[in-house]
Amino acid sequence: MPTDLLYGAEVVLNGLMAGVLYALVALGFVLIYKASGIFNYAQGVMALFAALTLVGIMEGQVPFSHLINAAFGTDIHHFGWHVPAFAAILLTLAVMVGFAYLVQRFVFRHLVGQEPIILFMATIGLAYFLEGVGDLMWGSEIKKMAVGLPQGGSLWVEENTQWLGFGNEDFYGFFIDKLDMVATVIAVVLVLALVAFSQYTKQGRAMRAVADDHQAALSVGVSLNFIWILVWSLAGFVALVAGIMWGAKSGVQFSLSLIALKALPVLMLGGFTSIPGAIVGGLIIGVGEKLFEFSFGPMLGGATENWFAYVLALVFLVFRPQGLFGEKIIERV
Amino acid sequence: MKMKLGTMAVAAVMAASPVMADLVFPSLSYRTGPFAAGGIPFADGYADYFTLLNERDNGIGGELANVIECETAYNTEKGVECYEATKSQNPLVYQPLSTGITYQLIPKADADGIPLHTMGYGRTSAKNGKVFKNTFNYPVNYWDGASAGVNHFLSLNDGSLEGKKITLLHFNGAYGKEPIPTLTALSEKHGFSLNTIAVDYPGQEQKSQWLQIRREKPDYVLFWGWGVMNQVAVQEAANIRFPMENFMGIWWSGSENDVLPAGDSANGYKALAFHNVGADFPVFDDIRKYVVDAGKAAGAGDQVGTVLYNRGLYAAFLAAEAAKDAQAASGVSDITAAHMRDAMEALNITEARMAAAGLPNFGPEFQVTCENHGGRGDVAVAQWDASAKSWSLITEFAPADASVLNPLIEADSAAYAAENNIKEGCK
Repeated sequence: MPTDLLYGAEVVLNGLMAGVLYALVALGFVLIYKASGIFNYAQGVMALFAALTLVGIMEGQVPFSHLINAAFGTDIHHFGWHVPAFAAILLTLAVMVGFAYLVQRFVFRHLVGQEPIILFMATIGLAYFLEGVGDLMWGSEIKKMAVGLPQGGSLWVEENTQWLGFGNEDFYGFFIDKLDMVATVIAVVLVLALVAFSQYTKQGRAMRAVADDHQAALSVGVSLNFIWILVWSLAGFVALVAGIMWGAKSGVQFSLSLIALKALPVLMLGGFTSIPGAIVGGLIIGVGEKLFEFSFGPMLGGATENWFAYVLALVFLVFRPQGLFGEKIIERV
Repeated sequence: MKMKLGTMAVAAVMAASPVMADLVFPSLSYRTGPFAAGGIPFADGYADYFTLLNERDNGIGGELANVIECETAYNTEKGVECYEATKSQNPLVYQPLSTGITYQLIPKADADGIPLHTMGYGRTSAKNGKVFKNTFNYPVNYWDGASAGVNHFLSLNDGSLEGKKITLLHFNGAYGKEPIPTLTALSEKHGFSLNTIAVDYPGQEQKSQWLQIRREKPDYVLFWGWGVMNQVAVQEAANIRFPMENFMGIWWSGSENDVLPAGDSANGYKALAFHNVGADFPVFDDIRKYVVDAGKAAGAGDQVGTVLYNRGLYAAFLAAEAAKDAQAASGVSDITAAHMRDAMEALNITEARMAAAGLPNFGPEFQVTCENHGGRGDVAVAQWDASAKSWSLITEFAPADASVLNPLIEADSAAYAAENNIKEGCK
């Protein structure tokens, strides 16, 4: 096989893996939008907050220690223990559920029936508030995400694909990051679980009912408050998964909130209301931007991925404004 | 009641304003936002050194130093707002702490007669003081860094890079593109091939770039990154098993923040350095005694001795030394920005001076003149030891290749002078 073709295939494989990571972020947006019509600007910050909380709990860090020390003249930073990753993940989940409750109780309960733009603005406020709270709680230094995820290129894949080069010295097997492989498995399990939850459980059906028609769902006894807490909790869980994966790549730091930028073209392409759409959209964006960079990047000075993802999404928007899997909005007069 | 309110308002304004006799050193810091992890230690080091001088020496020449912090979040617009908001308080020198902010402030500083110190960043050709009269970029600039990187690779290859491949992986913006002209000129001089690969902001996803590096197999990778771009690049280099000792970052890609997340796989990564590393200097004993232990540290006191804390402290040391010179030259302790500018233009940093401040061999010796606002451009190379979790200098401070850099600086500053109708010359 010609080397360029092999390199192209490697780029496609890595694009698919990158797309899965984008989809993980996009999923959180979809869950909340689908159930409440809110475009959650805070989704990226939720991923950051969840990752900060997870690492903080694992390291036995005292939350708000700088504030406590400044107020009481103490010098405490750590409890002196380390929490195993699995237990810390469960505790972080509990924190995210608590966060969902607080968001519902103190913000969105008071905004029921408001225009979507008001709800969107509320999430902007929420994003900055949560970022500030995260800073005060856990500090702003960069932390290592040490939950035991594998890192580095897979030697097995490299060795077992080297033969494709038929002795070509320029090709020494495909590069696939082990972390990306794990992320793919987790994303598949996550999507299957979310689909199963929404199709086959009472709460999932209630969630879909609220998504279809708030008023009708209320009239048959579905608690809007409970459903919204449930949805924000699920989005918090997805944010935690995204935070773990992205945090393992770059360390846990405040720029983690910027991963939301990667989710926007995925949502435009896949649709704001479809869980499979987030996955397919992520894969198309991942492969599209990587292939474009590989093929045309050197001619255009490189760094094409950010803007090309949006161009690709725009092209899809022109022909299918609701996205590939989004619900078509038909308003009759 | 009105009287009471008025009195309270005046008192509040007076409390919020600096005492006019103080020596004002604004700090355009960024303690929030995506780059906070880099901004906090620098701001802490800058503030703590002045606090040390106030607490231990009763200030500088009898005048207390007053550091006014203004939060920029590393945002150019906010940086300019900070400058405008603080310039009426008789500031002596600004540290813009961002190449973007520096580019905006250069003409403003000229108009207001307030010096800028852009240490290791900003506009490289500001080294030509005949054009950039109020901007100083001693002791190094980006082109010095590019030259120092190539010099290091030369030293590893018996003085010849003929036929070697060097890749510049860089932030896709003014900062990241700064070294390209220098490296192009150096590639022609030394016969290596240069390839540049850009990474867009913020740089959390660099798979394409590292697959390209894996395909092209360069001998060395030079890296101009900042923020999350740094941590991801180090991790990706480890992922493709690129030899870390052949991967070298500019000084803004060479702090503990950049290598710790990658763990052991970051071992051997190199970075250029224009000041020393670690906390094994006498000044840190005083910092702990008079500042941290006294509860007067700008931050939590947990950054002392880190690379970026040391950089902030070094910037404060250079500003304080210039202020001392200005007091000596003018004969007044309450100096102005004009006195400061003139002192910065005649600054002579010697080993004796650094040792007297508790910073022996902390940075290169250098002298500033009107023609040369950037010093000699001496740079060292630091290397990360992942097991010890520490940086150490593996070379001495050595000068950049002036024969290549000076013509480039002359050409770029002449173009700026022509664009802005500036007459070149010294006082």
